[in-house]
Amino acid sequence: MEKVALIFLSIGVVFNFLGTVALYRFPDVYTRLHGTTKCTTFGSIFTSAAVVVFSLDMYFRTGEGRFTTLTVHVIIAILALLISNATGAHAIARAAHRSGVLPKYAVVDRLAEDHRKKGGVSA
Amino acid sequence: MMITYFAWAAMITGICALVMVGRLVAGPTIPDRIVALDSINTMVVALMILLSLVYDSVVMVDVAIVYAALSFVGTMFIARHLEGGV
Repeated sequence: MEKVALIFLSIGVVFNFLGTVALYRFPDVYTRLHGTTKCTTFGSIFTSAAVVVFSLDMYFRTGEGRFTTLTVHVIIAILALLISNATGAHAIARAAHRSGVLPKYAVVDRLAEDHRKKGGVSA
Repeated sequence: MMITYFAWAAMITGICALVMVGRLVAGPTIPDRIVALDSINTMVVALMILLSLVYDSVVMVDVAIVYAALSFVGTMFIARHLEGGV
């Protein structure tokens, strides 16, 4: 059980670090959003899963009630993280496109053309 | 023994969150800064969950849940403001 928790912890820390690297190495907003949001969400879920596995192990070993409380609360935090990160990244990408920020090597903007053709909200 | 590994992971996560502040300061456009802020919030939530195990206090996880919800509201509000809604 401890080895499983350690493997989860390692995966999570590595992905958090990769998210930090992605924030610095990518050229524009959309690629940064892509790399960073996915990596930090994945890494945070895995470090939290390590906490869940470790506290379940401690509960089965010692039988103290506070470890089940910790497990349930961490699972709730993981669910909140899942929902809020995906929605927030979508909102950021939409706001970036509507405020006129284009990708760095972009030649055409098909989304804005589509909006203009439909007569809806222009980008 | 195992707690030590969790403390090391919390330290690395905190250092990553500190390094992200550089993009928050030097981002060329405003959406860059929002991306950095959102990532910092995620890292702080992960850091709080790890530290709740290290310092053996369940209250920190509750703080992390509320922090995640509030950071979500903040991100959505800045995004709406940027696209001209608010």
